[in-house]
Amino acid sequence: MNRFPWKGGLHSVVALIAIFLLLPTLVVIPLSFTEGTLLRWPPRGFSLRWYEILLTDQALRDATLKSLEVGFFTAVAATAIGTSTALGLTRGRFRGRQLTSSLVLSPIVVPTVITAIGTYFVFVRLGIVGTTAGLVLAHTVLALPLVIVSVTNSLRSFDRNLELAAASLGAGPLTTFFRVTLPLIAPGVAASALFAFITSWDEIVVALFITDPVVRTLPVVIFNQVRSGVDPTVAAAATLLILVTVIALGVALLARRRTMT
Amino acid sequence: MLALTGRMTVKRLRGWGLLAAPGILFLLVLFGWPLADMAILSLTTPSPSNYAVFAESPVYLDAYVTTFVVALVTTGACLLLGYPYAYLMHTGGRTLALILGFFVLLPFWSSILVRTFAWSVWLQDTGIVNTTLLDAGVIDRPLPLIRNALGTTIGMTHVLLPFMVLSLYAGMRRIDPNLTRAAMSLGASPLTAFRRIFLPLSMAGIYAGSLIVLVISLGFYLTPAVLGDPGKPLIGQLIVEQVTGQLNFGVGGALGVVLLVATLAVVWAGTWLVDLRSVMGYEE
Repeated sequence: MNRFPWKGGLHSVVALIAIFLLLPTLVVIPLSFTEGTLLRWPPRGFSLRWYEILLTDQALRDATLKSLEVGFFTAVAATAIGTSTALGLTRGRFRGRQLTSSLVLSPIVVPTVITAIGTYFVFVRLGIVGTTAGLVLAHTVLALPLVIVSVTNSLRSFDRNLELAAASLGAGPLTTFFRVTLPLIAPGVAASALFAFITSWDEIVVALFITDPVVRTLPVVIFNQVRSGVDPTVAAAATLLILVTVIALGVALLARRRTMT
Repeated sequence: MLALTGRMTVKRLRGWGLLAAPGILFLLVLFGWPLADMAILSLTTPSPSNYAVFAESPVYLDAYVTTFVVALVTTGACLLLGYPYAYLMHTGGRTLALILGFFVLLPFWSSILVRTFAWSVWLQDTGIVNTTLLDAGVIDRPLPLIRNALGTTIGMTHVLLPFMVLSLYAGMRRIDPNLTRAAMSLGASPLTAFRRIFLPLSMAGIYAGSLIVLVISLGFYLTPAVLGDPGKPLIGQLIVEQVTGQLNFGVGGALGVVLLVATLAVVWAGTWLVDLRSVMGYEE
């Protein structure tokens, strides 16, 4: 294994980079358990009071529930539309298919600030600023490319002969899809649903524009608190954000692993 | 029978194409229309004179320059940190690849807001870094780590490093390992084999990762707003300020159009070096 004389050095450098990746974020977890009223390092003592506030404070609770609601519907919408689009672009044969399959990913490269103000302008016209439906629509735009990429990759990774075999044995297109294709790509679809959920759950820039003081998501509430003098409730809310993401990511990775093996 | 199956297959493939329609339609209305509306507002609210702000005040051009400089430095930092990381992920064996992969995916999927906020806990004058150094007697005044370009660059590098690592790693996995082995069996030292064989072959990943990091960093808003210098805003911050602060949709739209054109120009230039489809994550 040790073919490279500088391998030991490489390991230490990478260990430092791994610490740079992980450690800075984790600092909010101990801070959320502080007894002090200031968001200061080091945390003092141990208390759950900030979590109590998080659970009892009306604004924060409403925002958490709203984030879960928007994330859920975004996952449903993005997965349904995205899977259908991936199927159409992978299996269909029409002019401009290659170009279209790149264009549907353009929300990835267009700066989010631009997507945000454009969406805001249109939502003002439509009168849907500060609505749950508006948030779901806007977040679905951001999540859709991720679902399309993920499902397209699952569609390409399995043996097409399985479908051809089903068809040649007399199964119609629909039967083939539901009995052969869908079960094969199901783990990829499930993983992308979770990625869509996380995208919405963590999204802040677009949400800043299209939420109002009544309908707000958790990141928006945290952002406003970060800007206007913070108490450790923010750390508790941030810990909640991390926790939900870790759970969703873990489940998504498990689903993915099942596709690979 | 065979001919029949053949014809059915063709028919079926035509039908499949229609499945893409809802997604395309959805994006046209909810993504295409917003971009078009921004362009229209920039020309009509009240008039194309919105674009004259560039001539009136140097603030806007300065912001574009600052944005590009910060974006380039961030890209360079990500490449410098990301390459050894991806290299070890690639060469270190299965277990190490899994562990390092998880360390990358965790921040990749966790909230930019939380990570930015966490960095402010580290970097502010009473933050972890300064408190530790002050207590140790290394410095006698807090170092200026936040509310400047350094803070922005650290925060953005942290947010974008996973994108770089994942692109580099995907590129390295496409390299045939037999090539470096062949070079070494023909007498090349490990370093020469790396420099002459592996590094040139990993250029595709380097281009892909750099392009995606550069493009995403051009549109950053949150990280510079929390960690950056309020006196030297990035363009994303000016756009938000125009739209939500000044309620000046026309100028905000004009600044957005220029940023969009600049971003697309970078993407277009990037397509000369790398296949855009692989940058976006499509596997071969």
